[in-house]
Amino acid sequence: MPENMKLTRELKEKIDSIVAKSETKQSALIPVLREIQNAEGYLTNESMEEAAKILGLTPANVQSVATFYTMFFRKEPGKHVVWLCRTLSCALKGAEQAEHHMCEKLGVHTGGTTSDGKITLMEAECLASCGTAPVMLVDDDLVENLTKEKIDRIIEELRKD
Amino acid sequence: MPELRIIRSYAGVQDSHKIESYIQRGGYQALPKALGMDPDDIIDLIKRAGLRGRGGAGFPTGVKWGFIQRDSKKPIYLCCNADESEPGSFKDREIIEQDPHQMLEGIIIGCYTINSHKSYIYIRGEMPYGAGVLERALEEAYENGYLGKNILNSGFDLDVVVFRGAGAYICGEETGLLESIEGKNGEPRPKPPFPAQSGLFGCPTIVNNVETLAFVPHIINRGAEWFSEIGTPKNTGTKIYGLCGQINNPGLYELPLGIPLRELIDEYGGGVPGGRKVKAVSPGGSSAPLLTADELDLKMDFDTLSEVGSMLGTAGVTVIDDSTCMVRVAQNLAHFYRDESCGQCVQCREGTWWLEKMLTMIEEGRGRMEYIDTLLDACSQMRGTTICALADGCAMPVESIVKKFRHEFEEHIKLGKCPFEREHMGEWS
Ligand SMILES: Cc1cc2nc3c(=O)[nH]c(=O)nc-3n(C[C@H](O)[C@H](O)[C@H](O)COP(=O)(O)O)c2cc1C
Ligand code: SF4
Ligand code: FES
Repeated sequence: MPENMKLTRELKEKIDSIVAKSETKQSALIPVLREIQNAEGYLTNESMEEAAKILGLTPANVQSVATFYTMFFRKEPGKHVVWLCRTLSCALKGAEQAEHHMCEKLGVHTGGTTSDGKITLMEAECLASCGTAPVMLVDDDLVENLTKEKIDRIIEELRKD
Repeated sequence: MPELRIIRSYAGVQDSHKIESYIQRGGYQALPKALGMDPDDIIDLIKRAGLRGRGGAGFPTGVKWGFIQRDSKKPIYLCCNADESEPGSFKDREIIEQDPHQMLEGIIIGCYTINSHKSYIYIRGEMPYGAGVLERALEEAYENGYLGKNILNSGFDLDVVVFRGAGAYICGEETGLLESIEGKNGEPRPKPPFPAQSGLFGCPTIVNNVETLAFVPHIINRGAEWFSEIGTPKNTGTKIYGLCGQINNPGLYELPLGIPLRELIDEYGGGVPGGRKVKAVSPGGSSAPLLTADELDLKMDFDTLSEVGSMLGTAGVTVIDDSTCMVRVAQNLAHFYRDESCGQCVQCREGTWWLEKMLTMIEEGRGRMEYIDTLLDACSQMRGTTICALADGCAMPVESIVKKFRHEFEEHIKLGKCPFEREHMGEWS
């Protein structure tokens, strides 16, 4: 990924339109960081500095926000990110086994990325789907009532993609 | 007994998220009515209905709206709290995804009432689908003249935007939420000042939960008396109860406030699977002190649960059966709060870390008897001493587990291992 590249013009335009819609420049920060991450996969120091410049903030300020929120990546994640819920209701329904199984299948620890760069496995806290536990978020899609078979099928699909 | 569905009229309806579906179910009839009312009369109506906030604290909504100085020179904001992150709670997500217009009509009426022309819906980052549904619902509402300039020719203007979070439970706390919209870390603010005086961008602000706002159109349509006759005298209306954990029929059930917990678990939830028994219940999201099997006859409302030292919270009920280790439950919860503490207060930052560590040592058979009282001490030091209620939210359930299931802690320490045979906390199918 573009460690030494400036933001593309298309991305800059998107950022400008977010800033124009925001009530203060700083309140555009989280939407802007999301836009950058959508485009580039993660937040590089370069891109955070750019964002700081555009929004009139210090780089340290932007770094701090990028660190505070768990969904921002400061290292390149896999092509797909899986967020597996670990919290009580999911744990009561086997989330620990699900995590164990995922780690084994993917050959990674939680937080790690498969060697082919396809899948990053992350631990999530309660995803507001406790009635269909255990659950995980696969990129933008929620997968409920997880079973071994379901997990295997999804990993299969993500690997092929 | 069937549910008493006021909000959940969308259940089982195809394409319920579309504006046509909402209108077909009687939607957007309250708005023109409200726009013709004096805001003071709306506040009075909501007060007489007895509507209490569904975000956890049960604060009277009409009273909260009344705190706003409507002739303020600064802009006034209404923020809809769609951050739903309290473990065990999954009601707001359904409302957002299945019936976004219902909450939106409540937002518009709320804004008119407090003289706000700009509203933010703060939705957590882990709900991309819901955020998309809301974005489309806003477009539909603008196209139909329910948002924008001169709404329904009333002269009232309102813009609503969706603000997506990026992963942090603490942004559900109302001032953490405001900080987050302002582009900062979601670190709660010391109170006072309360948001009604100085909230978003230093302006008067109301923060309301999704479910709270969804009730508003119904109260406008059907009146305060109708609403106040449902439930119990001080806990009026229905509540969307969530059932999860070790229960046969998990899901959401909309029922009058005050339904006995036992009825909820046995009749609606179908009891505990595998012929096992209830051991403990977390009655209102993970921050609520737990109840034991001897407390199932309690009524599920704000006042009853607070009288026995617990709380209704979000009414997300997690059922724990008798095959489950309570030390492990406490450890799982402490881990959550340690993970989510924003770190501003020492008692919270250190306390959550310390609790998790002690609980882990006990669970793994490395505990000592004196740890039990140390745990209780740590809990009492965390309570009521911090900027926000997250520290209490960790201390309260942990303390209740240590007190109510002390024998399990003692057994772990005596045996030098977890007495439960299981490798994992729960089994998956
Ligand atoms: C740590 C913490 C997390 C919270 N999370 C939420 C949440 O996700 N959703 C919510 O509506 N309220 C949450 N609250 C409560 C809010 O601070 C606030 O009281 C509520 O949104 C007010 O709405 P209501 O009056 O309609 O209930 C949380 C409070 C605390 C202390
Ligand atoms: S109690 Fe915890 S979460 Fe709340 S402000 Fe203090 S450190 Fe942050
Ligand atoms: S505990 Fe996993 S979704 Fe709530």
